[in-house]
Amino acid sequence: MWDVLALLVNTSVFAAAFRMATPLIFAALGGILSERSGVVNIALEGMMLTGAFTAVFVTYHTGMPWVGVLGAMAAGALMGLLHAVVCIRYRANQVVSGTALNIFAGGLTVFLLRFFFNIAGTSPAVNVIPDITIPVLNRIPWIGKILGRQNPLVYLALVSVVVVHIVLFKTVWGLRLRSVGEHPRAADTVGVNVYRIRYVAVALSGALAGIGGSYLSIAHLSRFSENMTAGRGFIALAAMIFGKWTPLGALGACLFFGYADALQMRLQNLGIPVQFVQMLPYVLTMIALAGFIGQAVAPKASGEPYVKEG
Amino acid sequence: MYKKLSFMLVVVLMLGLFVSPAFAENIRVGLILAEGGLGDQSFNDAAYRGLMQAKEELGVEVSFVEPADIPEMEDHQRAYADAEYDLVIAIGFVQESALAEVSADYPHINFAIVDTVVDNPNVTSLVFEEHEGSFLVGVVAGLMTETDKVGFVGGMEVPHINKFQVGFEEGVKYANPKAQVFVNYAGDFADPGKGRELAVSQNERGADIIYHAAGGTGLGVIDAAKANGFFAIGVDSDQDHLAPGTVLTSMIKRVDTAVFETIKSLVEGNLEGGIRSFGISEDGVGTSEFKYTKDIVPQSVLDAVEEAKAKIASGEIVVTDPTK
Repeated sequence: MWDVLALLVNTSVFAAAFRMATPLIFAALGGILSERSGVVNIALEGMMLTGAFTAVFVTYHTGMPWVGVLGAMAAGALMGLLHAVVCIRYRANQVVSGTALNIFAGGLTVFLLRFFFNIAGTSPAVNVIPDITIPVLNRIPWIGKILGRQNPLVYLALVSVVVVHIVLFKTVWGLRLRSVGEHPRAADTVGVNVYRIRYVAVALSGALAGIGGSYLSIAHLSRFSENMTAGRGFIALAAMIFGKWTPLGALGACLFFGYADALQMRLQNLGIPVQFVQMLPYVLTMIALAGFIGQAVAPKASGEPYVKEG
Repeated sequence: MYKKLSFMLVVVLMLGLFVSPAFAENIRVGLILAEGGLGDQSFNDAAYRGLMQAKEELGVEVSFVEPADIPEMEDHQRAYADAEYDLVIAIGFVQESALAEVSADYPHINFAIVDTVVDNPNVTSLVFEEHEGSFLVGVVAGLMTETDKVGFVGGMEVPHINKFQVGFEEGVKYANPKAQVFVNYAGDFADPGKGRELAVSQNERGADIIYHAAGGTGLGVIDAAKANGFFAIGVDSDQDHLAPGTVLTSMIKRVDTAVFETIKSLVEGNLEGGIRSFGISEDGVGTSEFKYTKDIVPQSVLDAVEEAKAKIASGEIVVTDPTK
């Protein structure tokens, strides 16, 4: 019993929670931008996967993992633009387009891996972004052990949460983006370019998901392997809803998922049956969704193509 | 209309008569890979090597497919059987239920399946004594650990993966009775991120050598070892090159040997249904060649591995097989 309680506040559990939450945070932020502008983006998974592959590809050829991250952003944004064109220009069903992109990304990355590396399944190992120590932070008891030494992308994820929060809620552009997602007709009548905002939002969404993917392949791990995102794009989607389409809420949800998973891994060692422990993150999620957060309301125009009149 | 059609049918049938003897001369082997496909540096690649070896050395005609998902596998099995292949080899226990049906529907075709047993007279079931191979790498881990703590990361907790765990634990205890083995299961064979975190959590508790039987998830175990400065042990095929010096050795399953030997039996005309097991005595499981870790692993450890091998082959050591 004491073992379990000690584990709950163990710094290594929290440190692992941050590591595992990082890709989710990037993708969830991407989801928020897209859906707040009125475009449902269930293609986060595919965008992450494309980002993960591109990061390895670029790093392999340049030797510079940070350039790999930029490549992942570009590839994710390209996927986002594709989604945007299909959903905004051609007004296709957004869920169908997202599903198609996920399947497309799964096949594309496998194909490209074979084409460029002449190898399937797993890429060669590449240079990674090394962990860094934050000078003052690492001296603080308890917190220092959790956040004193982490990957730069972990810190970047936390900074991104703040940036997206400010952009969405404190800037004119953010106000416009939200208005486009709630009531595009009204936004249009006061002169907001609905289409342009949506294009930018969905492309940014892809870029963020791309960074999330690059974290997996060139920071947390050192290679690309087939379908390595393993459903994280969908978990990020859940975190977005869990966090009520707000960056801070999504951050909390991602950390919660990461924490539950980190805890689960360590509880296995205390003689509790594996199968029981492995369902813990999901059970916690259901309890939280059912009881604590109340009703989650999506942006009103999310999922609906906008048709300009006249 | 009907006249025309029946005439065409006769022509086609006659053509068939001329063509078919040409086919009968060539022995044709079809291979259906498991999930993951080629390039997994493991299971599928080994099966492919065995197939290519058979093509070169035995002159058989070969064909293979990489199914996109599990439901697709049955179609591929049927396609080869419909095309009258002489031998259809299914890789991986995920194909078991499909092959049980298909092999019953085509009693005149030879089938083989790797890693599980299908009890039909026309099926050769190729199984490996993974617990024996895992025992050997357990001996390496038991002797090499400095903390007397080692770890095991499995993909999913299924009987087949338990075999690796139990063999490893027995090998560790045989070589080092004081040593403790931490066991974790990821619940996933394709999530390297999770594999990495599991390995890190075991390392935090003191494990300095971690063995994985977790497919793609295990790549994360190897990455964690490289990043945090401990040792990993690879599985299924020689994974030593994935992180030279970090992967102490690999527990190799000679899927290539099994595939090749089966095709060879077919060519020699003595292929039989039933279970054919590949253990230490058949050279079906073993350790890698320690290519990158020669300077790290002392000769005494290698000797101990050889000794254990001999004892298992002679029956002096009986490694527990939890699936039996």
